[in-house]
Amino acid sequence: MVLTQFLVLGALLFSIGVYGLLSRRNAVTVLLAVELMLAAVNINLIAFEAFWNTAAAHGQIFAIFVITIAAAEVGIGLAIILLVFRNRASGNIDQLDLMRW
Amino acid sequence: MDLDYHALAPELVVAATILVVLGLDVALPRPRKYWTAFAGVLGLALAAVPLLTLAFGDGPETRSMLGGAYVVDGFALVLKAVFIVGGYLVLLMSVSYIESDRYYQGEYYLLMLTSILGSLVMASSRDLITLFVGLELVTGPLFLLAGWRKGDAKSNEASLKFFILGVLSTAILLYGMSFLYGLTGSVTFEGIREAGADLLDSGAFRLAVLFTLVGFGFKVTAVPFHFWAPDTYEGAPTPVTAYLSVGSKAAGFVGLLLLCYKALPSVTEIWGPALWVLAALSMTLGNLTALRQDNVVRMLAYSSIAQGGFILVPFAAAAVSNDPAVIQEAASATIVYVIIYAFMNLGAFGVVIAGARRTGSTMIDDWAGMWRYAPRLAVLGAMFFFSLAGIPPLAGWYAKFAMFLAILRPGNAWATALAVIAAVNAVIALVYYARIGKTMWMDHVPEGADTAGTVNPLTGSLALALGISALFVVVAGILPFEFAGVFADLAKVVTTGI
Repeated sequence: MVLTQFLVLGALLFSIGVYGLLSRRNAVTVLLAVELMLAAVNINLIAFEAFWNTAAAHGQIFAIFVITIAAAEVGIGLAIILLVFRNRASGNIDQLDLMRW
Repeated sequence: MDLDYHALAPELVVAATILVVLGLDVALPRPRKYWTAFAGVLGLALAAVPLLTLAFGDGPETRSMLGGAYVVDGFALVLKAVFIVGGYLVLLMSVSYIESDRYYQGEYYLLMLTSILGSLVMASSRDLITLFVGLELVTGPLFLLAGWRKGDAKSNEASLKFFILGVLSTAILLYGMSFLYGLTGSVTFEGIREAGADLLDSGAFRLAVLFTLVGFGFKVTAVPFHFWAPDTYEGAPTPVTAYLSVGSKAAGFVGLLLLCYKALPSVTEIWGPALWVLAALSMTLGNLTALRQDNVVRMLAYSSIAQGGFILVPFAAAAVSNDPAVIQEAASATIVYVIIYAFMNLGAFGVVIAGARRTGSTMIDDWAGMWRYAPRLAVLGAMFFFSLAGIPPLAGWYAKFAMFLAILRPGNAWATALAVIAAVNAVIALVYYARIGKTMWMDHVPEGADTAGTVNPLTGSLALALGISALFVVVAGILPFEFAGVFADLAKVVTTGI
C-alpha cells in the first residue's frame, strides 16, 4: 500500500482549492474551489482508511459524512449566491463592499 | 446497538419540536404563523426537563453510547443547559422582531432550532465525526439566517461573506482532522489521546493540530480569523447576531475544549503557543478596533472578538503546566467565562434590539440622553455593558477574576505576560463600554429625536428575555462562589484522563 502518492494528490488538490478561493472573483467559482478542498479531504480519509485497514472503517464513514454535508453546503451556498445575484445582478465577490471596518 | 433514550431525550425533544414547527408552518395560514414561535419556545423549554432529570436523577453519572462516540456527562449537561437557555432567550428576543417585518416566520424558527440541536450534539460528541456533524449543524442554518432580510443588500452581503469564510474554515478543519485520523488511526478522542503522545515530534501531526485550531479559530472569531464577524454581525438581523455571538461562538469553544483537553492533552507544546498568540491578538485588536466604532452592533461585534480572546486565555495557562489542579482550574475558568458571557452578551443584544426599535437607529450618538425618555432601557443597557466591562457586582467581574486566577496560577513567565496583556485590555474595554453608558446617561437628547414614545420598545417576550439575563447577571455577580461551585466538578470531568 503506497500511502504517499495519495497524500501528495490530496495536498495538491487542497492547494489548488486554496489558490482558487483566493484568486477567483466569481462566487460560484469560489464555491467550486471549496469543493476541491473537500475532495482533497476525502482522498486523504480514504487513503488513510486503506492504510489502517480496520474493521470499523471509520475513514470511509467520515468521508461519507463529508460528502453529504458538502452537498448540503453547496445547496445553501447556491441559494445565497442566487439571492445576491437577484439583488445586484452580479456574482462578483469584490463588489461586496457595503461594510468595511 | 443500544441507545440510551433518556440521555438522548433533550436532543429528541428539540428534533420533535423542529418537525412540529415544520408541520405548523405548512398547515397554518399566514396570519397565524406566529404559532410556530409558540411551538418553538415551548419545545425548547420542554427540552430542559430531561436535562434536569439527567442531572439530578439517580442514573449513572456518565452515559456512553455508540462505542464512546456520544457521551452524556456533567460537562455535556451543563453546556447543553447553556445552549438551551441561550437559545430560549434568543427565540424570545426574535418573536416581536420577526413579526415586525415581512420575514418568513416558520422557517426562521425551524433553522434556529436546528442550529441549537447542532450545539447540543457538539456538547456530547467524543469523536471527530460527531464533532464535525454537530459543528456543521450549528453553522449551516446560520448561513441562511444571516441573510434573512432577503431584499436588503447588507444582509445578503453578510450571508455570503459568512458562508464563504465558513466553508473555507470547515475545509481547513476537515483537512486537519483527516490527518489527525490518519496519523493516529482513530477518530475517537480517547484513541487520539493515546496515540498522539508518541507523535509529538511528527511534523505532519503538528500541522494537523494547527489546521484544526485554525478551523475552530474561525468559528470563535479569534484574530486573525475574524474578518467575517463584524460585517456579518452588522448585516444579519439582530436576534441572529445575538445567537451568532453567543450560541455559535460557545459551540466553537466547546469544540476547542474537547479537542485540547480530551483529544490532545499530551501535545500542549503544539496548541499552547498557538492559542497564546490567538488570545493576545484577539484581545488587543478586538478592543482597539471597538474603540473607533460608532455603530453599537459593530462595537459589540469587536467587543465579542475581544471577549473571545479573554475566553482563550486560560488555555494558555493549561498548556504551560503539568499540574492537574492547574489544568482543571483553567478548563473551569473557560466554561465559567463562556456561561457568564452568554448571558451578559445576550442581554446587551436585547438592549440593542429594544433601543433600535425605540430610536430607529443603532448609531451610538442617536442613543444620547436615552434615560430621559426610556429610563428602564437605559438602566438595563448600563447594566449589561458594565457587566461586559467586568465591573462588580455584575457577573462579568467574576468571569474575569476566574480567568486571571487561572492564568496566574502556574507562575510561568509566558502565562504572566499574557495576564498583563489581558489586564491592559480589560482597561481599554472599559473605555468603550463606559462611553455607551455616558452617552445614554449624560449626553443631551439629539434634535428631532422622538421622545414622546409612540413605540413600546420592551414587548412582553423581549422584556422576559432581558429580565432573565438581568437576573442571572446580578445573582451570579453577587453570589459568584456558590455559582462557581457547581462548575468545579464539571471541570474534573473535562480533564479526566490527562
